[in-house]
Amino acid sequence: MSYHLTDEQNMIKDLARKIAQEKIAPVAAELDEKEEFPHEILKVLARSDLFGVYLPEAYGGTGGGCFEQCLVVEELSKACAGVAVSYAGSGLGCYPILLFGSEAQKEKYIPPLARGEKLGAFGLTEPDAGSDAAAIAMTARREKDHYVLSGTKQWITNGGEADIYVIFAMTDKKKGSRGASAFIVEKGTPGFDFGKKENKLGIRSSSTRELIFNDYKIPEANLLSREGMGFIIAMKTFDVTRPGIGAQAVGIAAGALDAAVKYSHERRQFGQFISSFQAIQHMLADMATLTEAARALVYSTAQMIDRGEKNVSRFSAMCKVFASDTAMKVTTDAIQVFGGYGYMKEYPVEKMFRDAKITQIYEGTNQIQRNIIALDLIKGLARKK
Amino acid sequence: MNIVVCIKQVPETNDVRINNDTNTLIREGVPSIINPFDTYALEEALRLKEKLGGKVTVFTMGPPQAEEALRQAISLGIDEAILISDRRVAGSDTLATSYTLAEALKKYGEVDLIICGKQAMDGDTAQVGPGIAESLGLPHITYVKKIEEIRPDDRYLKVERMMEEGYEVIETNLPALITVVKEINEPRVPSLKGMMRAKKAEIVKWSAADLALDEKKIGLDGSPTWVIKIFTPEARSGGQMLQGSPREQVEQLAGKLKEIKLV
Repeated sequence: MSYHLTDEQNMIKDLARKIAQEKIAPVAAELDEKEEFPHEILKVLARSDLFGVYLPEAYGGTGGGCFEQCLVVEELSKACAGVAVSYAGSGLGCYPILLFGSEAQKEKYIPPLARGEKLGAFGLTEPDAGSDAAAIAMTARREKDHYVLSGTKQWITNGGEADIYVIFAMTDKKKGSRGASAFIVEKGTPGFDFGKKENKLGIRSSSTRELIFNDYKIPEANLLSREGMGFIIAMKTFDVTRPGIGAQAVGIAAGALDAAVKYSHERRQFGQFISSFQAIQHMLADMATLTEAARALVYSTAQMIDRGEKNVSRFSAMCKVFASDTAMKVTTDAIQVFGGYGYMKEYPVEKMFRDAKITQIYEGTNQIQRNIIALDLIKGLARKK
Repeated sequence: MNIVVCIKQVPETNDVRINNDTNTLIREGVPSIINPFDTYALEEALRLKEKLGGKVTVFTMGPPQAEEALRQAISLGIDEAILISDRRVAGSDTLATSYTLAEALKKYGEVDLIICGKQAMDGDTAQVGPGIAESLGLPHITYVKKIEEIRPDDRYLKVERMMEEGYEVIETNLPALITVVKEINEPRVPSLKGMMRAKKAEIVKWSAADLALDEKKIGLDGSPTWVIKIFTPEARSGGQMLQGSPREQVEQLAGKLKEIKLV
């Protein structure tokens, strides 16, 4: 389907696709098997200016937005969702600074992220605070001109690899979700260490790690926005990053669809290509239709965000839910088209199936997304009254 | 340091189709790319520029649409691109092409190093690089797999030249021409900012008249090579592996050769 991309958007898409095909696809299975972080590939993405596609030129980017970032994530995800999330995870760490940072914070932290010289990360989740993000236990105690952070973050994408982290901690426990604040934290400072690296079902080339803060002192200049803004910062960030997860899911689905279509025209049974059987054809048709619908929803949402429209939460949640459920369904069916071969690691679709699952879970489970959509529907009813 | 890279635009396919009437390649409907071997030449030039400073210019001779290959080169970081395009140079063989490119290089001016890919993927002759050097009276080294040392101020170059087994180390004076093999580097991917620059970049265009080319040395008339026939050879059937001790193998081989009456 044609989406009226501008010349520049086409360039971004072509460049990301070229890197995906030439640099990522040949090593994706090996990175997955060895759980190897894609340092070299991220360097290629950096040299190609792709880390800055969603950032303003004033901070070293190329002036695009959420949509441009989605185009990159989708293309990378066709080859390897683990690489794609390492790229996108940096954006998740950068967005809170872009949206809520002071001018000084933006000038200091965004340009190296835009150039891909440094990687970003986002630390909200804790062992006992997942969907219930307001339940975070990590504390930030104010002392004179600095804060002291204590606690543990769990399952942090790019943990250990990233240089710049946005971390959420309670500055006032009594206030509940209004007592959370966000801080910019840099790697390599005393009191900030990394715990175990997780062994995962999918996106195995990405780094998912614990962050451990032990009476970690940071200057008050590293507070993002004001005290108590943490929860709002997290939610507003997710509003603009969820299309990225949608794009990742679309990429995974599109990669699986491509592989299934190609295979159906190579595999012969009963004396003919399996693509000649209606049972296979209808599966492929449904896979293609769902994938295209998911893409249209992701693109439309990203464009809404880039136009600066308010009230994007509902659509952000919808595109994340729909695309990730689609990725799960399409990769499941892709394995079915491949039959026994699809179940084997020699073929690419079992990895896509494993990679797809996380898109239904992270950046808010799909159940939480449905809560957001429903809440917005009910609010709409109240607004009409 | 002033470096020139000569590239060729070729069809992006391993399944080359041939027009049997004209004995030329069918280019219609086939997407074009920079000859893969030339991408190593571009990369090496860019690395030298990053190390030593200076300028890299890319030349190509071809139809007007070869401009696209030049823009791709600019997107990688090449400074300037020159397209030599003229109906009168169409049909040139490797001699006429070498002459034309050499004349263009003369017009361009002083150059420290000229880099070409070892050969084009479509014609596979590997003659144009050395042909340019001969026309210009420059030393040339083919199949370079590594530049060991280069000192433009001392007019000095030392390279490793790939052999079937091992390599030669060769020194020469600059200016010189080298052709490079894929072992020399890993070409970069373009950057987005480079692609944007390439889109707007001005491509210098030179015609046969601009270069004051000798009409007898260009195009079909200037090409002593006549292609009688181009065809896809039949795939060779698998060979036969001889087993046993060296003596037994020699006996088997001798027996076979007698059997097919070669000895």
